[in-house]
Amino acid sequence: MSDQRRLSDHEMDQLIGRLLQLGVLLAALVTLVGGVMLLAHHGSATPSFTTFRGEPDHLTSLGGIVRGLRELRSDAVVQLGIVLLIATPIARVAFTLVAFMVQRDRTYVLITLVVLVLLLYGLIYGRA
Amino acid sequence: MTTTFLALIIAGGAFGAGLLGALTGLGGGIVIVPMLTLIFHVDLRYAVGASLVSVIATSSGAAAAYVREGYTNVRVGIFLEVATTLGALTGAVLAGLIPTGALGVLFGLVLLFTAYKSLRSRPDHEIVTTTDWWSAHLRLDSTYPTPNGMQHYSVRRAPAGFALMFVAGIISALLGIGSGIIKVIAMDQTMRLPFKVSTTTSNFMIGVTAAASAGVYLHRGQIDPILAFPVMLGVLGGALIGARILGTANTTRLRQLFTGVVIVMALEMLYKGATGSI
Repeated sequence: MSDQRRLSDHEMDQLIGRLLQLGVLLAALVTLVGGVMLLAHHGSATPSFTTFRGEPDHLTSLGGIVRGLRELRSDAVVQLGIVLLIATPIARVAFTLVAFMVQRDRTYVLITLVVLVLLLYGLIYGRA
Repeated sequence: MTTTFLALIIAGGAFGAGLLGALTGLGGGIVIVPMLTLIFHVDLRYAVGASLVSVIATSSGAAAAYVREGYTNVRVGIFLEVATTLGALTGAVLAGLIPTGALGVLFGLVLLFTAYKSLRSRPDHEIVTTTDWWSAHLRLDSTYPTPNGMQHYSVRRAPAGFALMFVAGIISALLGIGSGIIKVIAMDQTMRLPFKVSTTTSNFMIGVTAAASAGVYLHRGQIDPILAFPVMLGVLGGALIGARILGTANTTRLRQLFTGVVIVMALEMLYKGATGSI
């Protein structure tokens, strides 16, 4: 592969910047929609957060959130926005991995892979 | 207090935190947990979850701009992210074992340190141009834009920086903050990166660090939608507007004001943590 066809560091920076912007925008929009729905449906409830009880199943795992969405639960929509937000830096790392692969930078492919595995472990498995 | 009322005032407070955080460069995440626990009496575990979410939002939003301007050192960032994500997962484990009172005291100490750092002026150090073994093998040296064109710089003591970043990751997860101050110290003071490169690369790493522990907290039921959505949208809105008006505001005064708020919150966190009422 010739040098011109490889992804330059500068091009990589531009793409990473765009990816982060899009991710945050999308996550904020979904969270906003979910938040408005939540207030419209349960706005007059009086919640208490003074003691920690943990969240119900449909708000704590990716599978649970999908089930909550199928039941059109507003709190699950907010949680989807939050998952999208958590996924944004993870997508950035995944993109960086691809970019280093294109650059054939073996050391950094390995380093980035370690970061990606740690992040996915936290999000999907969730037991540190 | 109804959900709507609670969400609106939390969003207002978070907006102010995001605005001041962006204008002073201290980040808004550091005052979210004290605000939720001290003013709204939210359990520390819920507060940390909501705060982490807002930290990801502001860091990713700001990093988008910085990366494209060419200040961020992506190689240094990804190398050190190994340490911060390992630290964040470690911190998430520790958070389940440490009593909330002790976390309150630790939070107070970190707030005091932040205030101390923000009041001291930082002398800009010389740019290092001779590379060392680690930097050469990891190809960490890079260039950054200056008024006189692109300036080359070298990176020193990568292993020491790596160790500090592990600590930064632990603190980030335990307290739900970005711990940008520790990250900047590691890069600016220890690894001798130019200051602007240190702050932007730190910002670039904060989202990844927070994402590692936020995933764990989601599974642990510490992220509540009623708290997380006004905090996230409020801080993000404040940070975006803060970045817009950055050139026009008198930041010295704002910095003093924000530092004052941080000190008051620090003392109250220390007191409540020590008396076990948090």
